Amino acid sequence: MEQMTLKLSVWRQPHRNAPGKMVDYTVKNVSPDMSFLEVLDILNEDLVRQGEDPIAFDYDCREGICGSCGVVVNGVAHGPQPATTACTLFMRHFKDGDALTVEPWRARAFPVIKDLVVDRSAFDRIVAAGGYISVNTGSAPEANEIPVPKDVADDAMDAATCIGCGACVAACKNASAMLFVGAKVAHLTLLPQGQVERERRVIAMVEQMEKEGFGACSNEGECQAVCPKEISVARISRLNWEYTRALLKRL
Amino acid sequence: MILDGKVPSGPLESKWDRHKFTMKLVNPANRRKHTVIVVGTGLAGASAAASLGELGYNVLSFTILDSPRRSHSIAAQGGINAAKNYKNDGDSTFRLFYDTIKGGDFRSREGNVYRLAQVSVNIIDQCVAQGVPFAREYGGLLDNRSFGGAQVSRTFYARGQTGQQLLLGAYSALMRQVNGGQVKLFARREMLDVVVINGQARGIVTRNLVTGEIERYAADAVLLCTGGYGNVYFLSTNAGNCNVTAAWRCAKRGAFFGNPSYVQIHPTCIPVTGDYQAKLTLMSESLRNDGRVWVPKKAGDKRPPDQIPPDERDYFLERKYPSFGNLVPRDVASRNAKVVCDEGRGVGATGLAVYLDFAEAIERLGENVIRERYGNLFDMYDKITGENPYRQPMRIYPAVHYVMGGLWVDYNLMTNIPGLFALGEANFSDHGANRLGASALMQGLADGYFVIPYTLANYIASSKLESVTTDHDGFKEAASSVQERIDRLFAVNGSKPATVLHRRLGKVMWDKVGMARREAGLKEALQEVRTLREEFWADVKVPGEKNNLNKELELSLRIADYMEFAELLTLDALHRSESCGCHFREESQTEEGEAKRDDANFAYAAAWEFKGVGKEPELHKEPLKFENVELTQRSYK
Repeated sequence: MEQMTLKLSVWRQPHRNAPGKMVDYTVKNVSPDMSFLEVLDILNEDLVRQGEDPIAFDYDCREGICGSCGVVVNGVAHGPQPATTACTLFMRHFKDGDALTVEPWRARAFPVIKDLVVDRSAFDRIVAAGGYISVNTGSAPEANEIPVPKDVADDAMDAATCIGCGACVAACKNASAMLFVGAKVAHLTLLPQGQVERERRVIAMVEQMEKEGFGACSNEGECQAVCPKEISVARISRLNWEYTRALLKRL
Repeated sequence: MILDGKVPSGPLESKWDRHKFTMKLVNPANRRKHTVIVVGTGLAGASAAASLGELGYNVLSFTILDSPRRSHSIAAQGGINAAKNYKNDGDSTFRLFYDTIKGGDFRSREGNVYRLAQVSVNIIDQCVAQGVPFAREYGGLLDNRSFGGAQVSRTFYARGQTGQQLLLGAYSALMRQVNGGQVKLFARREMLDVVVINGQARGIVTRNLVTGEIERYAADAVLLCTGGYGNVYFLSTNAGNCNVTAAWRCAKRGAFFGNPSYVQIHPTCIPVTGDYQAKLTLMSESLRNDGRVWVPKKAGDKRPPDQIPPDERDYFLERKYPSFGNLVPRDVASRNAKVVCDEGRGVGATGLAVYLDFAEAIERLGENVIRERYGNLFDMYDKITGENPYRQPMRIYPAVHYVMGGLWVDYNLMTNIPGLFALGEANFSDHGANRLGASALMQGLADGYFVIPYTLANYIASSKLESVTTDHDGFKEAASSVQERIDRLFAVNGSKPATVLHRRLGKVMWDKVGMARREAGLKEALQEVRTLREEFWADVKVPGEKNNLNKELELSLRIADYMEFAELLTLDALHRSESCGCHFREESQTEEGEAKRDDANFAYAAAWEFKGVGKEPELHKEPLKFENVELTQRSYK
């Protein structure tokens, strides 16, 4: 198969408080069957051989489900392919001689730790604030006691597939996390098990989201466009509705 | 030493209930006085940390990733078994127990497996209550599908993302405890040693992966939930950060390693394409519900699949195993794929693949039904290979996927080091020599939600635990040995990236300690591993700083441990001259080429005691007693 040569321009930043800059690299022998992260791997192997610090980037499962990876390729979170994470972005979609810019997620709530690695712990704190159904181990009723209509379960599943990668935030000009929060709120609110904490959950999650420094939604829809799991912006409408409803019920 | 698994006596059905009654308890008001360390946040770790937090213990939870939600349990696709018998097709606790014992080729402990089958039903209840969106039927009740090694439908699933949904359930329970202050979460921390004081596990030493700081944490018990070591083969379906380090550090401190050679090679993975490849991707076993496995009858037949007429195809699993067909257990399916490829009948560019064909199922059920069942898997396959599996058959080949081996634990999930427990894939206890599909999720959650809350209380209530701080000499010694190892790695300053050496180690292990093993090859592998280890310590290059985020350092530390651990794995495979489950010794096979056990000499779990790098480890045996099942030659015909 034909091998390609790519020109990469990559954000290098030694640590959180140091200034960063774009650095140019040429990567040869790129196979069309390689994933984008494997291109970074072979570049890093070369850098190590030369005694240079390799490019730091987060990765784990490399099959698009863990949400660890995430870089902005040519200005688009996770690169140009729809419904794709950086680890499942394959080089057959590029051609010999292409120039690629590679940057980290950029958002106030996601500070850069090093190179392409950012701190996304704000997402964990939003979930900790209320993204759960409070049920202690051992206290659950029999699983089939509460039937859930199939279309409701499927809808909840669509929302629950969010991998928490943060692309939605990176793509949004306001660095809004409303798609992430909306997906979790929808997942738990759709199910009968999630009704008891419906109001307090959405209020706690939205308050934490604001505290973390994420912006508001201005209906650009960029989040949906880059979401590797194709989560719909309709989840944001639902979030707004749930939040307003919860506030009104509280009055 | 003859090891005692401490399985309670009495009838199988009541062992666990009676044991729960006889174990000691910790009064709710006293629990907050006890700190428990949980290393790892996959299904076992997250469920354990959440449950212990709910009970009132102070829990310290550690993950090497940036968030607990990313642990590798998330990648499990197909489902989770439970003996609910919702399908009215003859399932029962005893049948799940029996299928699991038989699937493991009679190399697991009866007591543990029965308990696993018992609590399986509670897991489903718990997960549904947490909001796990399992697949449902139109009546609103839970749906099931079938998995290998079973003739009933007992697998609960959430599309092809069951692990993700179960993990997000456990993660949400964990984060609820973090919010309440019962669990303190430490992300981007890697455990690099366990601290043993007065013979008890009393803490861990970690590296802060962001700052490079070597940190110490003290506790009354340490729970190791750190998954498996499949990445010793370099290429596996495991995530990039899965590793043996935490478990191997415990082994080097005296914890016995159980059955390290029991490595599951999963039959349905996307084949290797090139040397640059960082990992292999699994295609769920659930696909074998509707996909048919075949190769051309003629060796060297290079025609595209749609031009090979039905009578020139060999549906070899259906032919050889008519009653289980394409749903034979994983070890059997993998070995048969290897056999047909070795005969020159493999497909694709490399000849190292077989077809998994959905044409018939699509014709019978319609494309929509298939999309609903497996849509995300088909999309994943398309994305990786550039081929559309709705139009042409998938090409699949076996790959390292899961390890049944792990730290030796007794019935209480405690290692031979008091206070050191191992849960989930990190222990060796429940799957024998071969794990059935959809049983890993079941075991991880059984251990974390329903076993450890009881057995940990018993340990704490019945042990004398002196007050220990991180200034204790035991902590100082462990921290300085960690620091010294890091300094030693930097000091090598050779010419090769650690990954290059890891790739070579993986090739040795795959070729000689993989799907088929024989004495001569294993002996060669031992020698090659030792030579590679020397080369590693003479020529590895670790760039960057130690006091900063340094992924190359993280990798190198783990690979250094693989270089030691690979030797133990190979030794175990060499000593066990029988075949059983996934461990296939070519010297020991039936006339039909199936794994042939030697119960007279090998009906035991092997637990290895570390005696020094390059030194012969000492073998301890735990005899396996079978009182409720009859040992037979496994048959899936």
